[in-house]
Amino acid sequence: MDAQDLSGFPLRLEGDTVPMVSFRKVTKSYGALVVLDSLDLDIDEGEMVSVIGPSGSGKTTVLRMLMTLETINGGVIYVDGEPLTHMPRGDRLVPADSRHMRRIRAKIGMCFQQFNLFPHMTALENCMEGPVHVLGLPKKEARERSEELLKMVGMAEKRDQHPSRLSGGQQQRVAIARAMAMRPKVMLFDEVTSALDPEVIGEVTNVIRKLVAEHHLTMLMVTHQMGFAKDISDRVCFFYGGRIEEQGPPEQLFANPKRERTQQFLSAVKEAV
Amino acid sequence: MSYLEFLGQYGDRILSGTLVTVLLTVLASALAVAIALAAGLMRLSPNVFLRGIATVYIEIFRGTSLLVQLYWIFFVLPLFGITLEKFTAGFVAVGMNLGAYGAELVRGAILSVPKGQWEAALALNMTPAKRMVRVILPQAVLIMLPGWGNLLIELLKGTALVALIAVADLMFQVKQINGTTFLSAEAFGTALIIYYVIARFMITPFMRWLERAMQRKLGRA
Repeated sequence: MDAQDLSGFPLRLEGDTVPMVSFRKVTKSYGALVVLDSLDLDIDEGEMVSVIGPSGSGKTTVLRMLMTLETINGGVIYVDGEPLTHMPRGDRLVPADSRHMRRIRAKIGMCFQQFNLFPHMTALENCMEGPVHVLGLPKKEARERSEELLKMVGMAEKRDQHPSRLSGGQQQRVAIARAMAMRPKVMLFDEVTSALDPEVIGEVTNVIRKLVAEHHLTMLMVTHQMGFAKDISDRVCFFYGGRIEEQGPPEQLFANPKRERTQQFLSAVKEAV
Repeated sequence: MSYLEFLGQYGDRILSGTLVTVLLTVLASALAVAIALAAGLMRLSPNVFLRGIATVYIEIFRGTSLLVQLYWIFFVLPLFGITLEKFTAGFVAVGMNLGAYGAELVRGAILSVPKGQWEAALALNMTPAKRMVRVILPQAVLIMLPGWGNLLIELLKGTALVALIAVADLMFQVKQINGTTFLSAEAFGTALIIYYVIARFMITPFMRWLERAMQRKLGRA
């Protein structure tokens, strides 16, 4: 991380309505290429936010930074009021050490485009891995929790199968159960339907719909499924060139986009369908 | 003397030499695997010091001759107060040498576990150590097994050098037999066949079995 003046950033967010996730002037660049340019984005507790935009617009980077899979070059990310990328030392913020990051990261779960299930473990073992070996739960409790989640995603019968025996849609549902088994406050979905055959996309989006309906989770989702984003999001952010070009409630953004680039993108996507 | 008579007369010595060779191979393999794992992991450590030690080790043992290393361990180390019995010196030299090659195998296999696996483990908030032991190594083992098959055959053949510090292995025995009988073709021919049989009918099938067992664990077989 570059040395930067962090004096303008609070040590923690306080007040009546602290956002669950807050990006403050977050910048990410690879050499001269600026991927995210001073991003400000607040996500409230329980809010479902979809991120759309052309490839290379920085939308996946937003999720990856929040999961600490990418470092940031400027600004601060707060989760549940506490800085994630930094930690307070005395009266100022310094870059977070791994221990601090691990503590804050525990509030975040993520599902990936390529599922990334552990191939040497069964579906059930995949789900139990985190609870047992990270949270230190007794095996019995972890098993109960995992079986319940596998049932929720409709994968209870396949719990003893290895990922190689499962279809993409099934793997993704197990991956969602695995992430949920850690009881995160924030769930990140990174193009979770992009690697799926069209006919199984529905089984994954239905699981996410169920999560939205039954769990009080904060969710951030990068997607190319415009219809899905429109259905379930509280807010949609359109990214373009490393910035939020336009954001708003889905009805408004999809029906009545104000910016020219948003209009172009949405009509291009519509044509493709 | 017919070949059968030859075997009848010297079979005992050849057999005892073969047993020593097999024992050397097993011990040197165990040592090589342990060293390879440690040095391979150290090469990937964020700690410059650990990385440096592993690099120096690999450079020295991979970059110089096994025979010279053997002589160093047996003849030179005693000058520094470390005296090893010749059998021990033999398998230690072979194990350390092949361990250096193995370290690169371990490092390469770990690095070729898909990036998504590392990221998924991080997303589950695993510590780096947990991630390595629970997620990365089990998959890396499968990737590196074919390479180890090769290396262990190399190692078996490398053990023949310990005859030069008078460890009574297969090579040492047939050299002795040749020295007294001048039946070179029979003596060295038999040794060739035995080395081949160990490599082809013991090491290779064992590695295949190991690979299949690991694949079953991945639900692939």
